[in-house]
Amino acid sequence: MNKYTNQGSVDTRSGFGAGLYELGKTNDKVVALCADLTGSLKMNEFKNDFPNRFFQVGIAEANMMGIAAGMTIGGMIPYTGTFANFSTGRVYDQIRQSIAYSGKNVKICASHAGITLGEDGATHQILEDIGMMKMLPGMTVINTCDYNQTKAATLAISNHNGPVYLRFGRPKVPNFTETNQNFQIGKGLKLLDGSDVTIVATGHLVWEAIKSAEKLSKEGISVDLINIHTIKPLDIEIILESISKTGCIVSAEEHNIIGGLGESISRVLTQNKLVPMEFVAVNDTFGESGSPMDLMKKYKLDSENICVRAKKAIDRKSN
Amino acid sequence: MVHQVNSGHPGGSLGCTEFMVALFFEIMKKNKNFDMDGIGEDLFFLSNGHISPVFYSVLSRSGYFNVEEMNTFRKIDSRLQGHPTTHEGLPGVRIASGSLGQGFSVAIGAALTKKLNKDKCLVYSLHGDGELQEGQNWEGIMYASANKVDNIICTIDNNNRQIDGDLDKVLDLGDIKSKFEAFGWNVLNIEEGNNISKIISVLNQAKSMCFKGKPIAVILKTEMGNGVDFMMGTHKWHGVAPNDEQLQIALDQNPETFKDY
Repeated sequence: MNKYTNQGSVDTRSGFGAGLYELGKTNDKVVALCADLTGSLKMNEFKNDFPNRFFQVGIAEANMMGIAAGMTIGGMIPYTGTFANFSTGRVYDQIRQSIAYSGKNVKICASHAGITLGEDGATHQILEDIGMMKMLPGMTVINTCDYNQTKAATLAISNHNGPVYLRFGRPKVPNFTETNQNFQIGKGLKLLDGSDVTIVATGHLVWEAIKSAEKLSKEGISVDLINIHTIKPLDIEIILESISKTGCIVSAEEHNIIGGLGESISRVLTQNKLVPMEFVAVNDTFGESGSPMDLMKKYKLDSENICVRAKKAIDRKSN
Repeated sequence: MVHQVNSGHPGGSLGCTEFMVALFFEIMKKNKNFDMDGIGEDLFFLSNGHISPVFYSVLSRSGYFNVEEMNTFRKIDSRLQGHPTTHEGLPGVRIASGSLGQGFSVAIGAALTKKLNKDKCLVYSLHGDGELQEGQNWEGIMYASANKVDNIICTIDNNNRQIDGDLDKVLDLGDIKSKFEAFGWNVLNIEEGNNISKIISVLNQAKSMCFKGKPIAVILKTEMGNGVDFMMGTHKWHGVAPNDEQLQIALDQNPETFKDY
């Protein structure tokens, strides 16, 4: 079994900040907009070194989305930065009409996504954003798992012409993917080869899934593990190839069970090949205040629950 | 075109006809061929997208597409959607609009890019007065003055009508001019907003005020349904199409109409 090593825990938002700063140096069409959260989004380096291409819009996210849409006219590539909650639900109509329907090349970069935002509580913990964004025609939806992958995704989306929703988070999490990796939009990554159960994880749940695969391996269960960073367009082939070998699947994500990655996968199964499927996700509730790790445990977004679900999926194969 | 499909918004379209004609045929600098980026030319954004009939009319008369295509308005497979969109690739349209209140932000964004590109051309926009009830406008209005976005001229179609009645009865905006001034804008009034020579004169004045540190608003006092007596003096023709008889009366009252679509 392959081993993945934590190279040190870093927040994914810092990967975004590093990627954005690199783009500042290499692509003079990249501009950054922020709604009063420059420090939280790790946009300070870009702001300091490229002040002419940094736009502070204040606490006015709807205006930020519209300005970003307008800035594409004339060739700029705007990256907007705020929390995931204010990047999606608060400005859905602006994104829908001025960005998605208008086909504008805006990169909506959303930090503090999901329940691991932690202590601020449910007002800020959006668990519906993937659903809202993936429903928009033409929108690419990416949810990265660690610092290195977030940095690579931030760079890669500048070369994709069209609107992108890039989702990342607040807490420090293990950094385990390759430095300077080649990020391919829409391509799932096979982390482990196995034969008993497929686990497809996205975002912060990828590391939890690695831990669960190690635990399951000790019990003689072999996991085929896929890191899905792009939820739309979804890499259908890698999922179908895996389930043809394992015959069952578990999805794992820091999102509501309704509207997330798991739901997209279940549609793939329904249209192609039915196998038992289990979900690791928030079960249609709001979050609450608490430390990220306590919340992951309480809402069953951890390696323990992934193990439970994997075993259940395997059991259902024989029923 | 509204009559043909028995749907659309004739009132605001007629009220803004003189403005749109003045803007497209006298005021704006336009490149020969349409290009989304619009570098080296003035840009126009229609925020109150429901007055698409007059927008499509000036676009076609400007040569962006054939006048005959106007016959496809609001029909299946048309580039002339009920509300304007870039989605079907209609030349001349640079943003979708219809859901109100989004045009200020977009115009400001395009103006910021013009500055980054060192493009000295201007950005124009048109907004309904009722549309100013949407909060996003005021986010944009606040941003533009705070950041000295002085290469935009935003016009408010001030006909004091909206779907549910007179604007000051539905939700009174108070003194629009004072509000813009309080937000740090330079404001010009066009009292006779259906008088084409007056419009041209004030828009030229507005152009001369650009690049002086303040965004510019033009308040255009118009008559909804202008030129058709039974459509004037009421909000009722905001989104209602005329029947055969009403169309004939309207056309007879406007003998200069091209009548070729």
